[in-house]
Parts: sequence; C-alpha cells; structure tokens
Amino acid sequence: MNDRSEKRHAIDMSALGRSNAGLNLENEEIAISVNALKLFYGDKQAINGVDMQIPKNRVTAFIGPSGCGKSTLLRCFNRMNDLIDGCRVEGEVTIEGENIYGKGVNVVDLRRRVGMVFQKPNPFPKSIYENVAYGLRLQGIKDRRVLDEVIERSLKGAALWDEVKDRLNESGMGLSGGQQQRLVIARAIAVEPHVLLLDEPASALDPISTLKLEELIYELKSKYTIVIVTHNMQQAARVSDYTAFMFMGDQVEFSDTDTLFTNPSEKRTEDYITGRYG
Amino acid sequence: MEKMNIGHHISRQFNEELEDVRNQVLIMGGLVEQQIADAVKALVEGDSHLAEQVIDNDRKVNGLEVAIDEECTQILARRHPAASDLRLVIAVIKTITDLERIGDQAEKIARMGLHLVEMERPKNHYYEVQSLGESVIKMLHQTLDAFARMDVDAAIQVSQQDEKIDHEYDGIMRQMVTFMMEDPRAIKRSLDVIWSVRALERIGDHSKNICEYVIYLVKGKDVRHTSTEYMKEAVQED
Repeated sequence: MNDRSEKRHAIDMSALGRSNAGLNLENEEIAISVNALKLFYGDKQAINGVDMQIPKNRVTAFIGPSGCGKSTLLRCFNRMNDLIDGCRVEGEVTIEGENIYGKGVNVVDLRRRVGMVFQKPNPFPKSIYENVAYGLRLQGIKDRRVLDEVIERSLKGAALWDEVKDRLNESGMGLSGGQQQRLVIARAIAVEPHVLLLDEPASALDPISTLKLEELIYELKSKYTIVIVTHNMQQAARVSDYTAFMFMGDQVEFSDTDTLFTNPSEKRTEDYITGRYG
Repeated sequence: MEKMNIGHHISRQFNEELEDVRNQVLIMGGLVEQQIADAVKALVEGDSHLAEQVIDNDRKVNGLEVAIDEECTQILARRHPAASDLRLVIAVIKTITDLERIGDQAEKIARMGLHLVEMERPKNHYYEVQSLGESVIKMLHQTLDAFARMDVDAAIQVSQQDEKIDHEYDGIMRQMVTFMMEDPRAIKRSLDVIWSVRALERIGDHSKNICEYVIYLVKGKDVRHTSTEYMKEAVQED
C-alpha cells in the first residue's frame, strides 16, 4: 500500500537555515592555545597537564567543583599566578601566537591585552569617570577629548552608560553591586583588551544584575574572546559556547556547551552536572 | 553513557521525583496495553459491555497524561535537570504523548467494535483483527519493557517489528478490498474492520517512536526519521 522503502534519513534541516552538523572547533579561529600546562603551588600540583584550544570571539566556560583548578587555569592566561609565592608553571600558553610564558614577555602589556574581572567588584575609590580612565592614564593618555570618548564608549559597552551618565564624577563605590561589576568591566574594556577573563563575575550579584551581566557577556563576545569561571552551571549553560569541565586539576571534558549539558561523554562530567556523587 | 542510574543524586528528593515520574509512565503503559487488549477482545467477541468500558477508561489514560506532564513541568522548573536527567524528562514527555495516542486508537477500536456488534459476524470471526492485535500488543509490551530497563538493544529490535506489522496491515487491506469487490453488502462491515486494523497499525508506529525515545534517553542520539542501520550505528558508538 505505502511505499515504505524510503526510510533513510528523512530529515532536512535547511528550512531553519541549519546544516545537520553541530558546532565544530575546526571552523573556529583559536585565540588561546594551552599546551601541556602544569602548575605547582610549592610541592602541590594544581593543574596536571592541560591541553586546550579556546576559540576566538566565543565564550568559553570553566566549570568544576571547588579546588579543581579552574580559577588557577584562568589566572594562567594573564600570569596572575606570578604574584603568588612558590607558584611554578610548566608548559605553554599561546595567546595570539606568543607563548606568554616565554622569555621577554611584557607582563604589563599582556595584562592590557588580557583583561580580568573578579568575583567581588573592586572599583577604585575614585569617581566613575576616573575608574574607567585609570588604565588609559597609566598609558599616558591625557587628552580630555580622547578620554571622554573612550569612557563613553566603554560605559556603553558595559551597558552602564544610561545609568551613570549624569553622575560620572560621583564615587564608583556608591554604585550597586551589579553596577560596580559592570563598571569594572568598563574599566577592563577601556584599554581594548583582546581577551576578557571573568572569574565568577556574577556570584556576588542578585538575579537581575546577573541577567544583565550575562546579556552583556553575550554582546561583548562579538569583540572579545571571553573565558568565564563559574560555579553556577545554569549560568555556564546560558552564556557559553564551549564548556570545559575540570576535576582535581585535570581537564575532564571540553565540548560545545549544547553537547556537554545534554549528552556529556565522560561519566565524571555527567555526575557533576546532574548533581550525583562522583 | 553506558549505564543509566537514576538514583545517587545528592538530592534524595530529586531521585524520588524522577523515579516517580518513570514509574507513572510504566503505569500508564500498562493501562494502555490493557486497553488495546480489551478493545480487540471486545471487537472480536462482540462484547459491547467491554467496548463501553474501554471507551470509558480512555479518560483515565488522558488523566495520566495530564498528571505526568504536570510533574515533568515541575521538575523542569524546579530542578533544571541536565544531561541524562534532562533526557529522561524529555523522553517521558514525548513517550506519554504517544501512549495517549495509543489510548485513543484503542478507544477507536472499541467504537468500531460497538458498530460491528450490530452487524452479521463473518465466518472468520475477525481473525485478522485478532492476529494483528496480538502482534501489536506484543510489540507495545516489549517497548515498555525496553523503556523500563533502558535497554537500547531491545529498543532497536522491537522497533524493527513495526515493519512486520506494516506488512500484516497491507495484507489485510488487500484482503478487505477483495471482500468488498466480491460482495458489496460486506462494504460497511469491511470498512469498520479497515478502520480497526488501521488503528492497530498506528499503534505500531507509536511504539516505534517510544523505542526511539529510549535510544535518545540512554545514548543521547536522536534517531528519529533514520534508517535501522543508522540506529544500530548510533547505539554502538560511544
């Protein structure tokens, strides 16, 4: 009666403008390349040889239980760990073709290119204007017109301009937590970094500020490569394109976020994201 | 993931909720299975009382669908399930839709049974309906087994039975066309038989869908609208 021989792949995704293939790192430009990276705090090894390719203009999230090394790994990307006594790094981290642990690396310039935002908003006890202008003044920029322009652009970029444009000379400390965090992001992007590292940027914020921040992350990724460490798995699922799951200093799984949260390939990932005992 | 373990969440309550929703699907499956068996029996034996009972019981099937859907919505809203938990909830939501439609088909068969009671019975006592009914009930039973045990190999095997059911259905259709041409007085009755076997054939399709959800649930692979070979490959990959 019916022709039932036509049973092969009766799926055509073209109506949605999609191909059947999922996200693939091969189609991505790589911003940060991590090669056999090991990190020791004194005798204790915190990162056990991580290899990772972080794509450009994408959001990559690091998740994992406390003490798994995700923040430590993030700090390797702008050599923040240099400031810790007894910290030793082996292996390579290549950002824009340069091994940042190589000889003669200008760490100050590196940190300009690789900006960082921390868990607790840390505005300087200065005006909103001066907070954002800080990095530029360090670079020796004095021209008021240039400063005004960059500050407006950065505050707009951090989705804060409309809320503070009439009180730029008031203290940054007087802003709400969510506004302070966006001010810090404005300060970070004022110096035009290429990479933004976010270390649990929303964990001290209320839900609405968190959503605003996530929206901001989504907007920023067209210009910057973003790496975010978060304890909030739903947040990682919401904001990131790629997710790395770390456990006890190992990178257990690195995958596109859709796959990692619906069908992870490692049991440890599955147990962690579903809230089971390991 | 090779092994599915619903238990072992840090949150015991979450364990219970997932376990609960899964058990309810099996209860619904059992009820639906009984509905088909009763509907076919009512039709074949001309038991109008049983047919009425099947029609009435379909409301229970509908009620279960609504209740399980509600529970799944709660789990999604409150627990934000991920990975295999997420797939379980999605698979359950889809499975109960198919089960509810199977229930509707059983009701349809019961209604045909009520029509046929008032007509002269054929010499073969509706053997074709009984035979196809048995195949379909067996397939659904094995489907629910595969779901309960989360057994992908069984799911593939069972889904292949749909082809056999389709063939059997095609055979009955040809037979009915012959009957109708031979004796136009048999047209009315034959049409009711055709609607009934059509309903049974649809149940086979719904069972196959559920088998596909089992594979999605366990393996995370969407094998709908694909060939059997692809299904087998999907299951073997890890």
